[in-house]
Amino acid sequence: MSANVGIVIVSHSADVARGTASMVEQMVGREVPLGWCGGDPDGGLGTNVEAILKAIEAAWSESGVAILVDLGGAETNSEMAIEMLPAARRERVVVCNAPIVEGAVMAATEAASGATLDAVRRTAEELTPR
Amino acid sequence: MTKRVRASVLLRHAVGLHARPSIKLTKLAKGFESRIDLGLSADGPWVDAKSIVKVMATKAPKDCVIYFRAEGADADAAVQALVTLVEGDFQDGR
Repeated sequence: MSANVGIVIVSHSADVARGTASMVEQMVGREVPLGWCGGDPDGGLGTNVEAILKAIEAAWSESGVAILVDLGGAETNSEMAIEMLPAARRERVVVCNAPIVEGAVMAATEAASGATLDAVRRTAEELTPR
Repeated sequence: MTKRVRASVLLRHAVGLHARPSIKLTKLAKGFESRIDLGLSADGPWVDAKSIVKVMATKAPKDCVIYFRAEGADADAAVQALVTLVEGDFQDGR
């Protein structure tokens, strides 16, 4: 069986990111590679590309990485971070259009079964009203 | 060899089929090859027991009966494992 897809959580708030990661670990388990980042270096709210790149590295899996974001900049900075990845990795990282907390838990549950990146993203996005 | 197996079990878990029980149930179901459905009545409607979003959306409350039906080579083992999980109040699930 190939490696489980990794999950990255990108929030404006370090507390939200840390708390969401903690929910994933406690509810789903530790078999899913997990990375998270949130807040600016001064302790305020914010997201930045460098921290997102580090979180992607922390959660890296050959099967890919699904990113869950909260608002605006979290998404645009995540997309920027993906563009900065080496070409071979770029194709294997996606931003999910899903609520950050619920999406992370659902995506991780799917990932824990060895599901593909596409299946992991679809599971998270099932939560999004159309 | 394709087998069809059905079973039902009383859900006694204090909060019903909420987040953590749903995750345990789904993770267990995913470990089997068989197609596995879950319903809240003997004749459905059925949802895919391997879909965390659909399982959680059933919002099965405490003291309701959960029905499983499975189809596939390991259907017997799958249904037995799921019933055991629910009977054991979800303590055995990983």
